[in-house]
Amino acid sequence: MSALFPLRPRPRAHYRLRRILVEASSAALGAIILIWSLMPVYNMFLVALDPWGHNEFTWDIWPPHPTLAAFAALWNEEVEDIRDIWPAFGNSIYIGVLVTALTVLVGSLASFAIGRMRLTKDSTLSSTALLTYVIPSSTLIIPFLRVMHIYGLLDNPWAVIAAEVTFATPYAILVLLYYAKLIPIELDDAARIDGASVVQVYLHIYLPLMAPALAAVGTYALLFAWNDYFYQYMLLMSERHTTVAMALEQFFDDDDAPWNYMMAISILYSLPPIAVFYALRRYMASGLTAGGIKG
Amino acid sequence: MSGTEGVLAARGPVAFGRPRFPAWRGHLHGSDLIWSIAFIVPYAALFVAFVIYPMGYGLWMGSDPALYAELLSDPRYVRAAVNTVLFVGLAVNVQMILALLLSGFFARRRRWIKALLVIYILPWTLPAVPAYLSFHWMLVAYPQGLPNNLLSALFGIEGPFWFNHGWLALGCDIVANIWKWMPLWTLVFLSGRMAISQDLYDSADVDGASPYQRFAYITAPLLANLYVISTLVSTIWTFGDYAPVLFVSGGTPAFASEVLSTLGFHYALDFANPPLGVAAGLSVLPVLIPVVILLMHRLKTMEVQL
Repeated sequence: MSALFPLRPRPRAHYRLRRILVEASSAALGAIILIWSLMPVYNMFLVALDPWGHNEFTWDIWPPHPTLAAFAALWNEEVEDIRDIWPAFGNSIYIGVLVTALTVLVGSLASFAIGRMRLTKDSTLSSTALLTYVIPSSTLIIPFLRVMHIYGLLDNPWAVIAAEVTFATPYAILVLLYYAKLIPIELDDAARIDGASVVQVYLHIYLPLMAPALAAVGTYALLFAWNDYFYQYMLLMSERHTTVAMALEQFFDDDDAPWNYMMAISILYSLPPIAVFYALRRYMASGLTAGGIKG
Repeated sequence: MSGTEGVLAARGPVAFGRPRFPAWRGHLHGSDLIWSIAFIVPYAALFVAFVIYPMGYGLWMGSDPALYAELLSDPRYVRAAVNTVLFVGLAVNVQMILALLLSGFFARRRRWIKALLVIYILPWTLPAVPAYLSFHWMLVAYPQGLPNNLLSALFGIEGPFWFNHGWLALGCDIVANIWKWMPLWTLVFLSGRMAISQDLYDSADVDGASPYQRFAYITAPLLANLYVISTLVSTIWTFGDYAPVLFVSGGTPAFASEVLSTLGFHYALDFANPPLGVAAGLSVLPVLIPVVILLMHRLKTMEVQL
């Protein structure tokens, strides 16, 4: 190692100055990161807290008359156009929860069969699963419409759930396969010799030990469902299936849309994934990138 | 669980190499074979029903060469193709390089930097539609809007009308994409950096390595594979990312900031020509297929290394 680095005496006198410079520049960088990360979020509050939702046409940087009126109106269902927003929240949560659960289930089953039981080589499954990404999902939606019609799933939330699980699972399998390599296979062997069945090994050894990776994959799937708009918009037609993402887009298309309500809905819609992510953050820290670390 | 931990502890770090084959490997038959097939069936069914079938159908829809001649004669398509190259090329590379650099910043052991990381991750956890609508609303209200107000308050500059010019509007979409996805890759590189043994840095310090040398001779080579894989995954995702264009600039002015994924959407829905929409999307395959193959190859060699 020492051959790589020519020896250099450290000039001690410059140490203090350098430290001050480093601290000052990291403080400046920190300030830039803070503004960069929070500006669109702040803008949501700026509009949502405005009584009319039109302060974007003023020069205000602070909300001049902050009020929770928009949230109250949503809560009391006072606004004509958005009376259906609570059922839409129900639909989004229904889809989000099922996509999360099914992605974790399907991904963990497949990764167990390949990674632990060695049905085939790891790379065969992950390579096949990666084929999912060959055609961008935004293009695949057009043939998807026709295929869903054949399956009789048009205008059915399960069509959206199936599509989102399909696109979330390949990445989930990838993360799970690589995280599973951190767990010695001898554990499975020992349990098998003690007479545990395959299902018992999966339930009592694989799932508990994979918990951080499962948390990461579940959060990823929830965010995926929450980010999606195209599949919900294309596959769901009737009003009773409207999700929050679709409702927001309808607002967007409407020129007279009251933006303070829209941003209030946006803030409420953002809360569930943020809450889940920050609740699981510590837990999944090791799961998120286990594959990459080993690389 | 405690028994498992006992086994893990007893085996020590040597256990974390390549897992040896299970005892029943090689003669995977009988109930084990049936179970392992049963475990893979849910994914296989999804894959056939929702990947193979729609993909085959899509390829068939877009198989007529006349569609591609029609696309090439449409100036909107040519512009969208150029935009897609810029969108993917700039968004992916800028966010990867910045994420790599910022992961070094966030790896510093300071309490306030840890707190800042919590806020920095926020964009990734925000749902796409609300976040991009907020971008749209900040930028659309000329001559005001939050960025322009800040420019005016801080520097006394009058900000532009962001969606008046195709390149500027596309630039806004690229910034919005970077804003949303950079935190994820920063987290990935941060965990990658954390996994590098501190001993390496300590011995480099003993040898008097400069910060640049520490990065160039330790961090960079050890993160190289992770960086390449992340870049490939990000490229694949960004090709399919319609949301910034759809919600931030909306393709304005006059289709000047569309990308292929959103243009395909307009062909299929607004112009009622689904095959043309599919063809617009399929025309990225010459770029996307090599990226996917490269990614498969990278993952395979990674497995060999393990």
